[in-house]
Amino acid sequence: MSPPSRLAASARQALAVDALERPARKPIRTRLAVTIAGFGALAVAAIALAPLVGSTHISLSRAFDRSIPFADNVDAQIFFVARLPRVLSGALVGAALAAAGVVFQALLRNPLATPFTLGVSAGASLGAMLVLIFGVSLSVGPFSTVPLASFAGAAVAAGIVYRLATPYRRAMSTAVLLLAGVTLNSFFSALIMFAQYFADFAQAYRASRWLMGDLDVGSYQPIIAAVPLVAIAFAVFAMLPSALNVLSLGPEAAATRGVDVVRAQRLAFFSASLATSAAVSLAGPIGFIGIVVPHLVRLLVGVDHRIVLPASALFGAAFLVACDLGARTLLAPVELPVGVLTAMIGGPFFLWLLVRKG
Amino acid sequence: MAAGTKRLIAAALVLVACGAGLVSPAGADLTRSAPRLQSEKARIVSLVPALTEMFYAIGAGPQVVGVGSFDQFPPEVATLPRLGALLDPDTERILTLRPTLVGIYGSQTDLQAQLARAGIRAYVYRHGGIETIYRTMRELGTATAREPQAERLVRDLQARIATIRTRVRNRTKPKVLLVISRQPGTLREIYVSGGVGFLHEMLEIAGGRNVFADVARESAQPSQETILARAPDIVVEVHAEGMFKTSSVQNEKAVWAPLSSLPAVRNNRVHVLLGQHLVVPGPRFAGGAEALARTIHPAAFNR
Repeated sequence: MSPPSRLAASARQALAVDALERPARKPIRTRLAVTIAGFGALAVAAIALAPLVGSTHISLSRAFDRSIPFADNVDAQIFFVARLPRVLSGALVGAALAAAGVVFQALLRNPLATPFTLGVSAGASLGAMLVLIFGVSLSVGPFSTVPLASFAGAAVAAGIVYRLATPYRRAMSTAVLLLAGVTLNSFFSALIMFAQYFADFAQAYRASRWLMGDLDVGSYQPIIAAVPLVAIAFAVFAMLPSALNVLSLGPEAAATRGVDVVRAQRLAFFSASLATSAAVSLAGPIGFIGIVVPHLVRLLVGVDHRIVLPASALFGAAFLVACDLGARTLLAPVELPVGVLTAMIGGPFFLWLLVRKG
Repeated sequence: MAAGTKRLIAAALVLVACGAGLVSPAGADLTRSAPRLQSEKARIVSLVPALTEMFYAIGAGPQVVGVGSFDQFPPEVATLPRLGALLDPDTERILTLRPTLVGIYGSQTDLQAQLARAGIRAYVYRHGGIETIYRTMRELGTATAREPQAERLVRDLQARIATIRTRVRNRTKPKVLLVISRQPGTLREIYVSGGVGFLHEMLEIAGGRNVFADVARESAQPSQETILARAPDIVVEVHAEGMFKTSSVQNEKAVWAPLSSLPAVRNNRVHVLLGQHLVVPGPRFAGGAEALARTIHPAAFNR
């Protein structure tokens, strides 16, 4: 067996044993409370400390001094305009991508699934590419051109995959979902390359920069646009964990345990796609979070989705905020694309944990 | 297809009827009989906009038989065959045009090797500073046997630059943020000129102090935090025409408003300049430098 499929098998086995057959080590409420407290503290610490650090030294007392007009207060502007929106969008995007990763891995019963597996990010990227290359300008409410286009692209991609994989009133086929998603990914990537090839140099560069991910959002407006979408997704996530535990065993096994498989699958697909689309439209397709954070968390807390899902969201938030801190300080005054850092920091750490635990 | 063929035949008939039978198979114009130097008969292909502009500026324009996909200036290039660019040179079509000199970019090593195999001379160019522009012009002059014209062009540009320097000499140098790219409509993915390259040098000539002069690169992406901390007195964005529509320039200036602590924003000194002469390191760069100087020191040009 190849390593990935062995990983898949062991994950499934672990799931079956851990979540259902073996009696819980401690009551789930206690474990949940401890985990949330731990990861929550980490996330809060990251979000609270990250705005205090940056490429420039600022005086916090000056930043919070209301007597200085905001327009003249550089420290306040650096804190409130440059740093805080970055940290908040990092937390939002990290939480959304990590949680979506957990849900997709359970839905597809595949440990290699990521929020981008089903073509959502490729659709989003195509949308963004097209407006960047053709210089379209549009805006709806708090959405500006690029976020709007990428969200639309993501919705189109999710819609296509959903239609293909959902026979009327029957459970989704994970195989069809995966194949449709992978094919759509390639198809959209081809369209992206086609568009880039015919773009002029500056446009093509700008477009490829977008693909590296960027949290320097520069205002609260794009965050305000993304928050409701992520909130809806998380509200649905909150209903999912028990169903995901059973879904991981396969649709038949889930059905015999009294789960409405069709409904659970659709909710999972919808919410995870929504969270991913919102995250990508806000910050571009930041890779690696959606696959590694869930696995990291599973290595630490086991595989029960009731714990993995909230823990991943919190850890994802903390992780991306920390990576972005690196992105804006390591090479200062020059910026480093955050998508480059997530994999550079996360990869070795994950491998280390994998070897140590394995 | 058929229509095209008919048109071709018609064109051929017209040519024969006019007695213009002296068209060689390769299409080279042999009708002018004045004796010329070997290199004057050069057939030039230029894939780099800066080189194309230089060939025309030293008078080698009539010998240019093909250009790159992004070439726009001078207007004469509009009718010439487009042969790809940096990433996608169409080697086959380049060879079909039987050039004797091909201007390419330094990173096009495959193309360079192919041209060498075909026995075609390549002029290999890389962007640099203003000295590179002058040197390139002189070398192109040598390659096309137009040294005097090239020399005249260089001296003319040097004189124009000297004039600009004189105009702004005694003025205090404001701190300038020179933006070369960003996502339209937002302040995201801002790229600025670092302390290397012709844009940085143009800014210094124009009497500005580059706030990112300490970054030893042609372009850099600073965070908004760094931009706020560097507190430029003036923000100048330079883009080729296609980047923003002229009608949206006002809106593009307005996106800077949230950074109200920037002296440039407070004093209404955010400027968006559009034009290829600002971003192509060719013979029009002196015009670009002058536009920058007029933007940074308008009073120096009001006398």
